Amino acid sequence: MVKRENTRTPVSQQPHIVDKPADTATIGGTISVEINEKKVTVPLGTTILEACRQNQIHIPTLCHHPDLCIAGVCRICVVDVEGMRTLQTACSFPITSPIKIRTSTPMVRKARRHIIDLLLSEHYGECYSCFRNGNCELQSLAKEYGVDSYTFGHVEKPRYEVDNSSASVIRDMSKCILCKRCVRTCIDLQEVGVLEAINRGHETHIGTFLDKPLADVICINCGQCINRCPTAALRANDPSDEIWAAIDDPQKHVVIQTAPSPRAAIGEEFGVEPGHSFTGELNTALKRIGFDKVFDTNFTADLTIIEEGTELLNRLKKAIVEKDESVKLPQFTSCSPGWVKFIEHFYPEYLDYLSTAKSPQQMFGAITKTFYAKEAGVDPADIVTVALMPCAAKKFECNRPEMNDSGFKDVDYGLTTREMAKMIKEAGIHLPEMPKSNFDDPFGEASGAGLIFGATGGVMEAALRTVYELVTGREVPFKNLVIEPCRGFEGIKQASVKLENCVEEYKFLEGVEVKFAVAHGTANAKKVMEMLRKGELVGYHFVEIMACPGGCLGGGGQPIPTSADIRKKRAEAIYAEEESLPIRKSHENPHVHYIYEKFLTEGPCSKLSHKLLHTHYTKRGKFIS
Amino acid sequence: MEIILEKNKKRTGPVIFSKYNMGEGIKKALELGRENLLFEIKGAGLKGRGGAGFPTATKWMLSAAANAEKKFVVCNADEGEPGTFKDRVLLLEYPELVFEGMVIAGYIIGAKTGIVYLRGEYEYLLEALEEFLMKMREEKLLGKNILGKEAFDFDISIRLGSGAYVCGEETALIESLEGNRGEPRNRPPYPVNTGYLGYPTIVNNVETLASVPHIVTKGGEWFKKYGTDKSTGSKLFSVSGDCAKPGVYELPWGTKIKELLELVGAKNTKAVQVGGASGICIPKTQFDRAFAYEDAATGGSIMVFNEGRDMLKVLKNFLEFFVEESCGQCTPCRVGNTKLLEGVEKIERGEYTFAYISNLKELGHTMQVASKCGLGQSSPNSFISILENFKDEIFRTNGKGRNNGKA
Ligand SMILES: Cc1cc2nc3c(=O)[nH]c(=O)nc-3n(C[C@H](O)[C@H](O)[C@H](O)COP(=O)(O)O)c2cc1C
Ligand code: SF4
Ligand code: SF4
Ligand code: SF4
Ligand code: SF4
Repeated sequence: MVKRENTRTPVSQQPHIVDKPADTATIGGTISVEINEKKVTVPLGTTILEACRQNQIHIPTLCHHPDLCIAGVCRICVVDVEGMRTLQTACSFPITSPIKIRTSTPMVRKARRHIIDLLLSEHYGECYSCFRNGNCELQSLAKEYGVDSYTFGHVEKPRYEVDNSSASVIRDMSKCILCKRCVRTCIDLQEVGVLEAINRGHETHIGTFLDKPLADVICINCGQCINRCPTAALRANDPSDEIWAAIDDPQKHVVIQTAPSPRAAIGEEFGVEPGHSFTGELNTALKRIGFDKVFDTNFTADLTIIEEGTELLNRLKKAIVEKDESVKLPQFTSCSPGWVKFIEHFYPEYLDYLSTAKSPQQMFGAITKTFYAKEAGVDPADIVTVALMPCAAKKFECNRPEMNDSGFKDVDYGLTTREMAKMIKEAGIHLPEMPKSNFDDPFGEASGAGLIFGATGGVMEAALRTVYELVTGREVPFKNLVIEPCRGFEGIKQASVKLENCVEEYKFLEGVEVKFAVAHGTANAKKVMEMLRKGELVGYHFVEIMACPGGCLGGGGQPIPTSADIRKKRAEAIYAEEESLPIRKSHENPHVHYIYEKFLTEGPCSKLSHKLLHTHYTKRGKFIS
Repeated sequence: MEIILEKNKKRTGPVIFSKYNMGEGIKKALELGRENLLFEIKGAGLKGRGGAGFPTATKWMLSAAANAEKKFVVCNADEGEPGTFKDRVLLLEYPELVFEGMVIAGYIIGAKTGIVYLRGEYEYLLEALEEFLMKMREEKLLGKNILGKEAFDFDISIRLGSGAYVCGEETALIESLEGNRGEPRNRPPYPVNTGYLGYPTIVNNVETLASVPHIVTKGGEWFKKYGTDKSTGSKLFSVSGDCAKPGVYELPWGTKIKELLELVGAKNTKAVQVGGASGICIPKTQFDRAFAYEDAATGGSIMVFNEGRDMLKVLKNFLEFFVEESCGQCTPCRVGNTKLLEGVEKIERGEYTFAYISNLKELGHTMQVASKCGLGQSSPNSFISILENFKDEIFRTNGKGRNNGKA
């Protein structure tokens, strides 16, 4: 018997761990079946859906998602299996005997059409006034099955009130088709557990604890549910109207910072295959749209490395030299706002382990409305800061009441990759055709270390490049600066680097084996936190956590769809771009040196940097009153 | 309610309600051994009494063959089908049959744990049943080394359901036992391999389990003397509706509808709903059909409707039940039942076309084949059979549509 992976998903919903017949070995672990009269051989336990896809037979799906466990609820993938009284769902049916499958019988086609008709009958709204128009799985199905009228009627009034309480995620349940992808995302993938089906029968709907507004429950704003919703039932809280208004207001100086992940994915919104970066093209497009300055978030990613790295070295010194037992180690990264809210809710007693360094987005806001305002001679009251992020949680983050350290709202708007693409299209620009241009000064180009923040393990890799060199005076001992143990999509990665021949200042670290861990997706974060709780992280120094699967490149604000394959391609695009950059270490970024010379003159983790670049957290807890 | 009050009185009948001395079944089972037991039950032709009619021996053989460190025997006492109350009678009057049936099942498949999933509304039975289990433990019919048999341990606990009809569906029941929302699972894998907590589990109806000690003590041949070729033994019928003597009746399979009607004192009967809300509605012209798996199949619920009943209202009642009781996870059932109900309401108002009605019937067929569990697969049965068998009554029109002002 195979043990179940997580506690909720019923074993039966996971076809890959279905008990396999004992004679697997004797028949070589494969089995021959007939699909539409064609003989095909597949590994035992393959689902009908997988078998069909491997053989270029298209089966429509709706509740199925490659990142999630099987649900088998929409029923659109039904096929005929000879000898069975009812049709079977291809997504959930594991092949363990030599069955005969038919994927397009009159009964199958009729059932699929009925299912679409039924969904449409309860689905509020029309496609032309819908933001998912053109990228909606329900709409595509209706098209595929030639739906030209509503056989069983069509709702005329919304059934549910739109929940726009959250700064990040808006829920319009009148458009929900109850595929439960969001539920499975939130419970199984993220292990947050905000969403679940409520009530029975016709009253069934996806809701929160006691149907409270999303802002009042333990949602971490990761937006992963949005990326997996097939319809317009979930979307991010879109500030583009306000941004247009700011752009159109001549009084306002509108500045945008762009994070690494959107560049590696925004092409997808323009029909380009995943895996192409459009950094230079995006810069041009943004300037044409009317942003006054286009800055690179990687600059503050470099700054984060300096601040967070210094903080780590300070903690280590306190622990090792001063033998201060109150020092919390390992230090956890704090740049993923979904992760920050997760730990605030689920592990508030461990908040002291979190680095106090702000995320690059928030550092940029604070620097823009102070240092940049002065340098450029603009009144910070007139500056509007926009952050292009792959992320839904960034919207919540910039609205945190403590994020006003510049004396103004440090970051005015968090904009997702999807929303940015929409603005670009609205401006009549086809992104892939744009000429390339550079980021604006005074922050200019950043280092490649900042760029790889977009992939899981990137922050760790960037930090190690800097910390190792600061401490030993030598480059990290990895070929071409590529720290392999930090790369790849394994849920939790653990490794260590030994510090030897340290420079004078860091002699206390001589011989220390720096142990680190990297996790992505809050389900993995939870595992890491349980390790910490059980004392299994004793001796560890640094842990990177990203709330979203794959890291930011798989963020909740990225183009839809997402899948392991797409995330992998985005990562490849990021790593390829980074290797071509002239500067690949945060501490070698000349603009970073400039700011410590001109502005943060007392250096990293000093008083001013604490005021502008560091923050504090809130013990939220799991219980909602 | 008279049934409940006759607490210490046991009713009698040919098979299930025939004479039985507590402990005999387990004793005989231990003498026979697993193989012979399975052979006997198979020979008896015992099929599930919970509605689906799956051959019991096959189910038990499958899970006996499964390799696992733990296995479970679950007694389905959720009795949620509208119009059934026979399991309650068994639990009240013959708990020894049900529990011993579970012990024997455990012995056969190699389980040590039995769970009774008791309908929430039957909470008042709980104390008496717990007492009975204590008594069985004292008599070594439960617990460690049952009746002195080395390493044969089996015990039973009782869990209360929480009131959803769908939780009687075996995989929803298992989900509910695991503490999850009561939603049916995908099959395969089947519970016999991957059931409660992922372990091989057999789920059987109260009456199925209660038949087992009789078969074991009296033999499969004896059991087969009752009933038809394909439907062996007897069946408990819960009769309700327009008749003089509603209640629980034990009759051999193969009994004709008209015979039952006579027995229960039904007069002017227009229709009989066989198999509860999810069953089919049989008109007067077909009353010489027999109750049997191969003919008018039923888990026991029989509702009698006389000439005074409005069949469209009857149908509407059933559909309202399904619209509410669907677990809501799959499209054909969640939305389909709503659409069928909407259709009935349109018929009531006279706002329909025959093309629309025929669309709805087609939809009913889709629901039968595309729904995830038995609830959605059987909920259109009443819609299809009532519209078919009572079309004259229902589509009685005054030129355009039904005049519901009068009906
Ligand atoms: C919606 C639904 C409700 C059901 N309710 C019950 C029930 O209350 N009691 C029962 O024994 N079987 C019920 N069943 C049938 C069970 O799923 C299962 O077939 C039965 O418990 C197997 O036992 P048997 O083989 O002994 O009949 C129900 C099935 C469905 C689809
Ligand atoms: S969610 Fe999809 S089907 Fe619904 S209105 Fe929007 S585009 Fe159309
Ligand atoms: S945003 Fe994340 S935490 Fe919030 S409901 Fe969606 S998946 Fe769950
Ligand atoms: S909100 Fe979206 S993902 Fe969630 S169940 Fe509804 S349609 Fe599916
Ligand atoms: S058929 Fe109905 S009760 Fe069964 S799983 Fe589907 S929605 Fe739930």
